[in-house]
Amino acid sequence: MRTELLVPFPVLLPLLGAGLALCLSRRPRAQRAVTVAVLLAVVAIAGVLTTLVDDNGPLVIWIGAWEPPLGITLVADRVSVLMLLVSAVVALAVLVYSIGQGMTGDEMETPVSIYHPTFLVLVAGVANAFLAGDLFNLFVSFEMLLFASYVLLTLGGTESRIRAGTIYVVVNILSSMLFLIGLAVTYAATGTVNLAQLSLRLQELPDGTALMIQLLLLVTFAIKAAVFPLSFWLPDSYPTAPAPVTAVFAGLLTKVGVYAILRLQTLLFPGSPLTDLLLWVALATMLIGILGAVAQSDIKRMLSFTLVSHIGYMIFGIGLATHAGYSGAVFYVAHHITIQTALFLVLGLVERRAGSTSLVKLGGLARLAPLLAVMFFIPAMNLAGIPPLSGFIGKVGLLGAGIEEGTPLAYAVVAAGTVTSLLTLYAVAKTWNLAFWRTPEQAHEMAVAMAELDQTRSGMVGEQSLMRHRGHVHAGNQLVDEATLREARAALQEEGSDEDLHELLEQRKLETRLPASMVGSTAALVLVTVLFTVIAGPLYGYTDRAGDNLQHSEVYVDAVLPEELR
Amino acid sequence: MTTSLALLAGSVSLVGVGAYLMLERSLTRVLIGLVILSNGVNLGFIVASGDPGDPPLLGEYAALDIADPLPQAMVLTAIVITLGTVSFVLAMAYRSWQLDGHDDVQDDVEDAAIRRLAAADEASDAFDLTVTASPDDADDEVSEEEGSDGRPVPDLEESPHEPSPAPRVSRETPVLDEQEDRP
Repeated sequence: MRTELLVPFPVLLPLLGAGLALCLSRRPRAQRAVTVAVLLAVVAIAGVLTTLVDDNGPLVIWIGAWEPPLGITLVADRVSVLMLLVSAVVALAVLVYSIGQGMTGDEMETPVSIYHPTFLVLVAGVANAFLAGDLFNLFVSFEMLLFASYVLLTLGGTESRIRAGTIYVVVNILSSMLFLIGLAVTYAATGTVNLAQLSLRLQELPDGTALMIQLLLLVTFAIKAAVFPLSFWLPDSYPTAPAPVTAVFAGLLTKVGVYAILRLQTLLFPGSPLTDLLLWVALATMLIGILGAVAQSDIKRMLSFTLVSHIGYMIFGIGLATHAGYSGAVFYVAHHITIQTALFLVLGLVERRAGSTSLVKLGGLARLAPLLAVMFFIPAMNLAGIPPLSGFIGKVGLLGAGIEEGTPLAYAVVAAGTVTSLLTLYAVAKTWNLAFWRTPEQAHEMAVAMAELDQTRSGMVGEQSLMRHRGHVHAGNQLVDEATLREARAALQEEGSDEDLHELLEQRKLETRLPASMVGSTAALVLVTVLFTVIAGPLYGYTDRAGDNLQHSEVYVDAVLPEELR
Repeated sequence: MTTSLALLAGSVSLVGVGAYLMLERSLTRVLIGLVILSNGVNLGFIVASGDPGDPPLLGEYAALDIADPLPQAMVLTAIVITLGTVSFVLAMAYRSWQLDGHDDVQDDVEDAAIRRLAAADEASDAFDLTVTASPDDADDEVSEEEGSDGRPVPDLEESPHEPSPAPRVSRETPVLDEQEDRP
């Protein structure tokens, strides 16, 4: 059997499944069955591909039997099949979760029938991006997954989602346009868009031209990956979507951008002069992202900011441009996809169980829902990098690679990475204390005290609780004008007067039973994150081999191009 | 390869106009900007793709005289993708108009909330300082201010006539006013 015939299936199956699911839109049960079956098949194929590629080297297929280098190629090498496998597993977990949710949003009018087909298109786009062997195919797969994400983000068309969707859509359109310009320039300069051929021909270009192409593509992918200073769209747009949608976006979409940067830096521009720039950007992304996370009072937004911040680790690994750096970056991407998705899924359960994800309103979840607390605690500690979890292993690998490099800049980024890890721990510990550990009564008292403080502006009890709620002490004595003050008071009153968890519990408004498939899929994903820790040794061996492939781009080129074209 | 300057200038001006329109707040203008920008980029792609030539039909024209078909295929794909994007943005602008009566891009709610919280925080700190500050502290601050104003440091004899109360009042007045203002 020709094993490379397996390569197109992770793209083909979801696309065909999307069409079938659309036809079955009036029969929800059949639609779900089709979607789950397709994703199961994708997971299985990705698993088989992973072992095949690891044993026998990259698999390449030229679509449509055009003569190389004319047609479209799909290439499965170690990095891409690992990404494919992890993303397929995550997508399956999220899909099972959203089936348990009954409908795909909180609103009754949400058109459920389009959710499953769109989700499959998203998976096809992600798979195509990982397998794409030419730059234009990468562009098309970006557009596929972006289109699906536009629809999923604005599902139901409520006011907040339209607002968030507007930012997301406009930013991504702009990056697509930049990508198209980059493609045009690349084609004009080299006469090809095939990645393997580009890898050879870009070396012959004058430095200035090559630098311009690299910068254009780098900016494009950095917008997708939410790298500072191009990251501001992400925390504004992700948290408003339905929980499973946020989870799959957080897990997969930014990582596709990271993957594209990885390919760009290793295959197209090895030994490029921009690695220092990437290190600076990684430093800024980590620190500024995590400072944003510390300031948030909503868990979803806090996690969105940590997502931005931890992208910095992967960029750090890529920027080092060493074997250890690439290996660490690939490991970190795989770890982070699962961890971030698991956390957002847990948050969806929290929102369903306790009615909110705001730290002002939550409290006592550890007693109210112990299983939820455990499922939040493990990935949260993993995110912060507590030993012996996989987050720790990934961070140690990256920081070790930085120290090995030994330049002052690398040391600075290593320091920033350590600080970021500690601040992540601070942010998740704060969340844990406020949302899970204190009692709902305490939370209620604090919220009331905040509101009262604002009305009377006297009474030190209220003052203290306000301080504690923010978790840090201020020493500024800046005066504020009256209008801002009035606005601030109104905001605080509003926040205090909303029903918090304590009131909801007293009124018995909450549903106490969570659907088994939601809890089950979340628990399964949490187990996968723990599994990453257990199999960290073999996995790190795998990413080491993948990093080796990345560093020697001739492996990729030899696999793709026939002898006479090299 | 020779490049047509007219096409290049057309492409550049379309991109410029489109980018400018995309900076607007109204989603409809963003949409028009998107259309113009994408046309500019597509035109640029054609310009970049090489010399014009005969239609690329197999067997009808000499292989060396035909235009490069690959960029044309790519631009065609890009045009189709832009068409889809435009229709989606149009639907979104219409939905936004249905909900709000306009299609302006709104500020982020949570961002605004955090900004207001920060403002409340600063206000509460200022309040804290003025209430708990002891008279000694206030005197210190005043003397500091005098120093910075560049006035001569007063003798002990002159001190009763010093205008030192005046700066103290002027410094604290706004805060006190705010306190009076409370409900």
